[in-house]
Amino acid sequence: MSLQPTTSQTVGPFFKIGFEWLYRDNLIGEAVSGEHVTIQGRVFDGDGAPVPDAILEIWQANAHGKYDHPEDTQNKPLEAGFKGYGRVPTSADGVFRFVTIKPGPVPGPNGKEQAPHLAISVFMRGLLKRLVTRVYFPDDSRNASDPILNLVDPGRRATLIAKKTAATPGTLEWNVVLQGPEETVFFDLGL
Amino acid sequence: MKRVAPYRAPHPGTQPNLLHPPYVSSIKRAPTKPLVAIPYTLSEVTGPSFDPGIVTPKASDLTRAHSGAPLGERIIVSGRVLDENSRPIPNTVIEIWQANAAGRYRHDIDQHNAPLDPNFTGSGQAVTDAAGRYRFVTIRPGEYPWRNHYNAWRAAHIHFSIFGPAFSTRLVTQMYFPGDPLMPFDPIFNCTADEKTRNRLISTFDWETTMPEHALGYRFDLILRGRDATPMEGK
Repeated sequence: MSLQPTTSQTVGPFFKIGFEWLYRDNLIGEAVSGEHVTIQGRVFDGDGAPVPDAILEIWQANAHGKYDHPEDTQNKPLEAGFKGYGRVPTSADGVFRFVTIKPGPVPGPNGKEQAPHLAISVFMRGLLKRLVTRVYFPDDSRNASDPILNLVDPGRRATLIAKKTAATPGTLEWNVVLQGPEETVFFDLGL
Repeated sequence: MKRVAPYRAPHPGTQPNLLHPPYVSSIKRAPTKPLVAIPYTLSEVTGPSFDPGIVTPKASDLTRAHSGAPLGERIIVSGRVLDENSRPIPNTVIEIWQANAAGRYRHDIDQHNAPLDPNFTGSGQAVTDAAGRYRFVTIRPGEYPWRNHYNAWRAAHIHFSIFGPAFSTRLVTQMYFPGDPLMPFDPIFNCTADEKTRNRLISTFDWETTMPEHALGYRFDLILRGRDATPMEGK
């Protein structure tokens, strides 16, 4: 028998009450391998105004390219200190920030490898269902052959790739732009 | 690595469009460019899991978070989490949050001049059992005004957030109460075009879980996306 999936509703403006207990802006536990990165950015609405009531969730593989999930049957090591989940709200000026490790590559469709990336969900008042996007890493030669990036109009791919910041090595900038010429690429997962 | 089985696409009208102008906040926040379709990969069919110990039994009783009892009508909200193939989803985290009985959230930006209740925070968590069941004890939230349009009021609701087994099953929704006269006028409740699907956001009054001389029971089942049991065969 087939049931109809429950329909989505907005998180509204008051999600902090329900979500704060699981805020995680540092994904790195004890004895975790991999290159540490800080990802920070801002969320902007259609007027270019910062969004103070958005929340991002992060899902990623560990430095070996292994997800902590039973469906990942790759022969790669898990690390007890790395679960791969993060959750960060934006501040009053629309800023979010989290610390993690750069994941290893994971398999993609047709046996092609995917470039290292983070899977991101974006929730906020005004969004009746979540937005799904990805963060890729700058100066990674694997981006050029990534099977998902290659589905995106070349002129828009840069919205998915974090940028190095001149001021702080190890800190990458990645913004979520909801509308306009610089609009971030969001993916259709049938939500 | 074997092929990744996709999750099913929703039937037309059973999930909201991102742009729903009667909900004014969607106008400047819904993306304007088409979403880019991608195949399911390991990144989308895996997802976070949590040590069940992260949620204490006390976390599912919102009436016991403080030294005194909150004001309002005590209720029990329970149900099951299943996928669309009717399989129970065990060991998954559910988060809820809500206004107090007067229609006020314990949140800095809630400016409604209804009183806060020192004995009510309005947040809870539960983990589903082996049969996908969950149960919360709380108080019935009040309706409250908002500024979407003139004399706008939200129907009484409880926010639900659930993870399920994968990144692709993550769901945030709202539960409503039967008979609430505000539902026909609430643009958030009405954002889903399909009426039957929308009406499944309304909990049902439930004698089975109603406790004598204690609390009324409401039942609310959550259905997460599922996958085709066999690869699609031209149907």
